[in-house]
Amino acid sequence: MAKKELQLQAPAAPYVPVKEDFVLLTKRDIHTDTNFASQSYWKGVFTHFFKNRRAVVGLVIITVILLLALFGPLMNGFGYRDIVQYRNEKNKRVVAKGISPQIPAIHRLLTGEEPEGNFADYTFLFGTDDLGRDLWTRTWYGARVSLLIAFVTIIIDMIIGMSYGLISGYFGGAVDQVMQRFVEIANSVPRLVIVSVLAIFMPKGMGLVIVALLLTEWIGMSKIARAEMLKIKEQEYVLASRTLGARNGHIIFKEILPNTIGPIITQVMFSIPTAIFTEAFLSFVGVGIVLPQCSVGTLIEDGFNNITTLPYQILPPIIVLALLMLGFNFIGDGLREALAPKLEDM
Amino acid sequence: MGKYVCKRLGMALLTLLIITFLLFLLVRIMPGNPFPSERMSAEQIANKRAEMGLDDPILTQFIRYMGNVLQGDFGKGTSLYNGAPIRTVLSTAISNSFRIGGVAILLGTLVGLALGITAALNKGRFLDGFCTVFSILGVCVPSYVFLIFLQYTFSFRIPFFPYFFDPTRFAFSSVIPAVSLSLFTMSTIARFTRNEMVEVFDSDYVRLAEAKGMYGRNLVMKHVLRNALIPIVTVLAPLVVDLLTGALVVEKIYGINGIGKLMVDAIAGEGIDYNYVLALGILYSALYIGIMLVVDLLYGVLDPRIRVASKGEEA
Repeated sequence: MAKKELQLQAPAAPYVPVKEDFVLLTKRDIHTDTNFASQSYWKGVFTHFFKNRRAVVGLVIITVILLLALFGPLMNGFGYRDIVQYRNEKNKRVVAKGISPQIPAIHRLLTGEEPEGNFADYTFLFGTDDLGRDLWTRTWYGARVSLLIAFVTIIIDMIIGMSYGLISGYFGGAVDQVMQRFVEIANSVPRLVIVSVLAIFMPKGMGLVIVALLLTEWIGMSKIARAEMLKIKEQEYVLASRTLGARNGHIIFKEILPNTIGPIITQVMFSIPTAIFTEAFLSFVGVGIVLPQCSVGTLIEDGFNNITTLPYQILPPIIVLALLMLGFNFIGDGLREALAPKLEDM
Repeated sequence: MGKYVCKRLGMALLTLLIITFLLFLLVRIMPGNPFPSERMSAEQIANKRAEMGLDDPILTQFIRYMGNVLQGDFGKGTSLYNGAPIRTVLSTAISNSFRIGGVAILLGTLVGLALGITAALNKGRFLDGFCTVFSILGVCVPSYVFLIFLQYTFSFRIPFFPYFFDPTRFAFSSVIPAVSLSLFTMSTIARFTRNEMVEVFDSDYVRLAEAKGMYGRNLVMKHVLRNALIPIVTVLAPLVVDLLTGALVVEKIYGINGIGKLMVDAIAGEGIDYNYVLALGILYSALYIGIMLVVDLLYGVLDPRIRVASKGEEA
């Protein structure tokens, strides 16, 4: 029917579209109201984060250290526990003990002469330690171990703390009372005491550091998760979900958890440097990483033991530790500001 | 207020008791035999156990131990200091640690406050930037690294201060450890003071005070600092605790006979000394809980709103 009517009314030849009629709009042609443009939450967080100069500096520092920790030990032929040595023409072992940082290429460039002496044509960016191990490799290997411990423990802590806090805050009442009393007691035990008791039960090493961190760091996370839960659980969408018959588990982990993730990630960023700090401290004291493994803490200890003879040895691990702390703190600050921007910063 | 204090005090004591019991339990269920079995017959061991009360129920043992602890008797060490009574070793250690730690806290707080106030008054100028860099450095570098640096520079390169702690010249040789311990406190307090003061300076009531003609020291001391101080008190507790942790390594490196070094010796040496671990664990927990309690109460004194809120909670 419709077809017939159209045919009847058509006075002129039907318009045939040409290719030029279909032009993609360029950015210039799209007019959006930039003053009131809506932006998704996370996009806003990202733009805000990257506008913060400190946060970007932190991100760059951490990225560089992560890359070096991953690939640094592969950049020269030395292993982290290899003693650099060769046999000379008299078949005598020559060990590269305590060589200060040297780059033969730069030496050649500056003086135009070939460097002389044993190991003169080896490149040691950070020098070697008292046993003849390359410090560049050891530093980045140690950074890798420290970062690995920090990441693993903090992620597990995040899962434990988050679940604990969310459940405690969601149910409230007697459950909350009991769970919070437990947190209060757990929070009153100094970390040192936990470590010392653990040292009775466990052999020294990476395991002890990880368990010590697991036992202490979840508390902060659980507090933040609980506070967020108390803020959110009264909102309408939670009520709506419950009215529709959602179970508690669904409401807690599928509905509310995604909305608490921001502050928790911020807390993670602040917990990672704490974990690195604690690891360095425990290793320095002598209950952490055991030889021949190394971490930032054991490297600082090695450096300290040789400080009167090889003073340059202590510098790389200290600088790496300080930069890690700095980077993660900057990122954490940036995230916190980006997640809850004050009106004046907008 | 009195009721509030009593309630908090009761909670703190109860928590301490629970922690002590857990520590006691954990140390007692350790596998291992206190007597070398090849030299003693089974009967002798049984007699010895009965004599030392090791066969009693754990609760009885705990109550006996607590009774001794309350009288200041922590027993004897199993491997440290040739089994000298823990009490005598501990009392010197506590006095050493507290004197150095106290100086560090005092130094850190006072200099930190001064730095923070200076930075806030010179916001955006060179001094502010200097303070920011200083506080970032202080937070990012552990205290023992400062100690190593100071020790290397001022004891080894320029031999002015003693290289190791010397109890006969207490004041002189505690300069380096006290300064390096105080840097973390100093930088944290400086940063907090600065941020809080800048915030308070922007507030309406300070503007009102200024409009009424207040200026200078009167304004800063009476209006700005009083309100800026409240949040600073809350960071003081974790700072003291961090200082205790930092003191562990600092004392170890500098050879100070303090509780920190004792703790390291007890857990990191060849054999672990259970009695020291137990005694130091109780001591550290008591310190920690005590500090938290004091800061909580102080917070209530400084900020009347907290007091009122807690009263509302009780009712």
